[in-house]
Amino acid sequence: MNWPSWLLSGFVANLALTTLLATSQGLGFTRMNIPFMLGTVITGEREKARLYGFIAHLVNGWAFSLVYVLIFEARHTVNWWFGLLLGLAHALFVLTAGMSLLPYVHPRMASERHGPQAIRQLEPPGFMALNYGYPTPVSVFLSHAAFGAILGSLYHLR
Amino acid sequence: MLECGADDRIPGIEDYAIIGDCRAAALVSRCGQIDWLCWPRFDSPSIFAALLDQERGGHWRIAPLGPYSAERAYVSESNVLETRFRTASGTLLLTDLMPVTESRASLVPDHEIVRRLSCTAGDAEVEVELVPRARYGGVVPALRQAGRLGIRIECGRGVYWLRSSIPLRLGEGVASAPTRLKAGQSLLFSFSYAEEAPAVLPPLEEIPQRIDECVCWWRRWAAQAQYDGEAREEVIRSALALKLLIFTPSGAIVAAPTTSLPERIGGGLNWDYRYCWLRDASLTIRALLELGYWEEAAHFLDWLLHATRLTQPELNIAYTVFGNPMPEEWESQTLAGYRGSRPVRIGNAARDQLQLDVYGEVIDAAAQYAFHGGTLDREMQKVMIGFGRYVIKHWELPDEGIWEPRSGRRHHTHSRLLSWTALDRLITLCHQGKLEHAPVDEYRKQADQIHRQIEAAGWNQRLGSYVSVLDGDQLDASLLLLSWYGFEKADSPRMRSTYRRLRERLGTPDGLLYRSEPPAREGTFAICSFWAAEYLALGGGTVSEARDLLNTLLKYRNDIGLYGEEIEAGSGRFLGNFPQAFTHVGLIGAALSLNQRQKGEQPLAHRRESASRAEPHQKQPA
Repeated sequence: MNWPSWLLSGFVANLALTTLLATSQGLGFTRMNIPFMLGTVITGEREKARLYGFIAHLVNGWAFSLVYVLIFEARHTVNWWFGLLLGLAHALFVLTAGMSLLPYVHPRMASERHGPQAIRQLEPPGFMALNYGYPTPVSVFLSHAAFGAILGSLYHLR
Repeated sequence: MLECGADDRIPGIEDYAIIGDCRAAALVSRCGQIDWLCWPRFDSPSIFAALLDQERGGHWRIAPLGPYSAERAYVSESNVLETRFRTASGTLLLTDLMPVTESRASLVPDHEIVRRLSCTAGDAEVEVELVPRARYGGVVPALRQAGRLGIRIECGRGVYWLRSSIPLRLGEGVASAPTRLKAGQSLLFSFSYAEEAPAVLPPLEEIPQRIDECVCWWRRWAAQAQYDGEAREEVIRSALALKLLIFTPSGAIVAAPTTSLPERIGGGLNWDYRYCWLRDASLTIRALLELGYWEEAAHFLDWLLHATRLTQPELNIAYTVFGNPMPEEWESQTLAGYRGSRPVRIGNAARDQLQLDVYGEVIDAAAQYAFHGGTLDREMQKVMIGFGRYVIKHWELPDEGIWEPRSGRRHHTHSRLLSWTALDRLITLCHQGKLEHAPVDEYRKQADQIHRQIEAAGWNQRLGSYVSVLDGDQLDASLLLLSWYGFEKADSPRMRSTYRRLRERLGTPDGLLYRSEPPAREGTFAICSFWAAEYLALGGGTVSEARDLLNTLLKYRNDIGLYGEEIEAGSGRFLGNFPQAFTHVGLIGAALSLNQRQKGEQPLAHRRESASRAEPHQKQPA
């Protein structure tokens, strides 16, 4: 594996993903704030949650890029469209399995079945995160596709 | 107490109360109905606007079914509202608030209204009805039941959540439930809004504790007020109302939280006041500083000098809470207007007007801050010098003036007064070493020139009065501010004579004052009436005259101590946007000046320090 190339391409792809998601939220395509969602796993303080969540999201993205790179190496194939396909698959997983599991693993997330409680007060994402705005899946697919495509075009096989 | 029934009439403007969280506000009618709410901030589109159209505007009602009487009050020295309903069979207590808290340790919704209805005696049939209508009544949003999370209303870029301790039935754009409450039982509701996901959905069982916390927060804030004079209760209520109109994230203060409440029923004098007018700066800063609210005053001054940066050294007459120009004006085709008073205007066309008085207002606000011990940093000083340069270049121009008529520009005496004030305060700041590298000699030369012009052309010898427009023959109430800004002593023959003419031409037998001639187009202007009381307190009359007028004006407040923009002569009913920050600033100012006069204290700091020029005019009037 080409470690320096992974570090660089993972960083750039992660930067693009974060920027695209934040832009989608700023422009009103989605309400989903991933750093806030991740940060509230750690703390119930809103401002701290944003900061912690932002750091967690960066680390997370880098870690996921490692999985992409391992697949590139295993397949001995790396290019932008292969990365893009992996990104779409990744987004599909996040939106379906990831989001439906979230209320069970997130310590502060409520569920439709139990309602909000003293600790669990956060709105669950629902199927494909549609609770966070109907265009949310589009924004997640696009940002992850960009993540994969950038990774695929910047990473050099060993 | 008001008799209400199932077919409630359209409430009077004075029948409303305000609740808020210093970012947005809602108006609650005496009949338990929230008729106005814009989220996430004051000038956002409405979700409830029954205030401007009972049919299409949208509302949230929690009230007894059938006839009842209602009385209400704020929980002492707080902005938590309690409405007590009495029916034939029982008594209910409705508590309304927008929670505010200092605690950052727990998650709370971005924006929330909390309501609790308790049955305190007997039993009563109750109706709960939520009718959200987004974008000024133009959109009927879909309501979706989301299990035990509550009712979800997706709308634009945000989502509203209604949480209720009783199940609500969903209809076409309506959530409702009739129910019966017995003594000791309560209903709890939380209505929240978020533009960020995941939204926070608070558990209903925490509501009683959160209400207590909110009351404590407001009481702590009110307790900071350093005032022990006449009408303390009314002054504190005014300060609390003013605080609700401060947009805390930026420090800006909106003129009022509503749009298009008419200055004349059925007329076209309907304006959007959900923005921040610079002309209010000086009087507002003074009220905050003298009451001891330093943090709010400093924050407001920061906003004045920094949020206006995009247009400096030119100043618009008003800005949004984040310092952007007011949006262009448009008229709603959906809303019928308060009691049919069309049009309902969104945005404000006065944004393109020229008002030269704003420079004096802003500079005087900064000067007061400095005279009270605040520091003007280097950046602020540069901004002030830029304003001074602008005044020197432009003070001779005609402008629209303080009352913003849409009839063209004229040479207003008030605008000249504030141009003089701007230069006078800059000179004083320079003398005190609080402003460096400023062209003091030029300031003095121009200030003297303006002073001479006001004395000559602003005074009408035939009338024996200062006049609204140079060389004119009409009066307006802003002339009372000649003393407020230290241009001429309140007890000077000219000012006393001007006051008499104002009373003759603009006064009513009830002690109220119209703002300008001709007087009958609209209601009497509440702040002008308070200016009159303050003028008397400043030396234009005796202490008892000032106190009597102040006490007369206090009788016009509504049952919970609030004022709108105007008061209808005779009936005492409110007109115009409500509640009005400027009116409450006027009340505080009059009380402060009266208190200082009674105690024999020095005049207010900004006047005491404005001694950089010759003695005021002492000539006898004609």
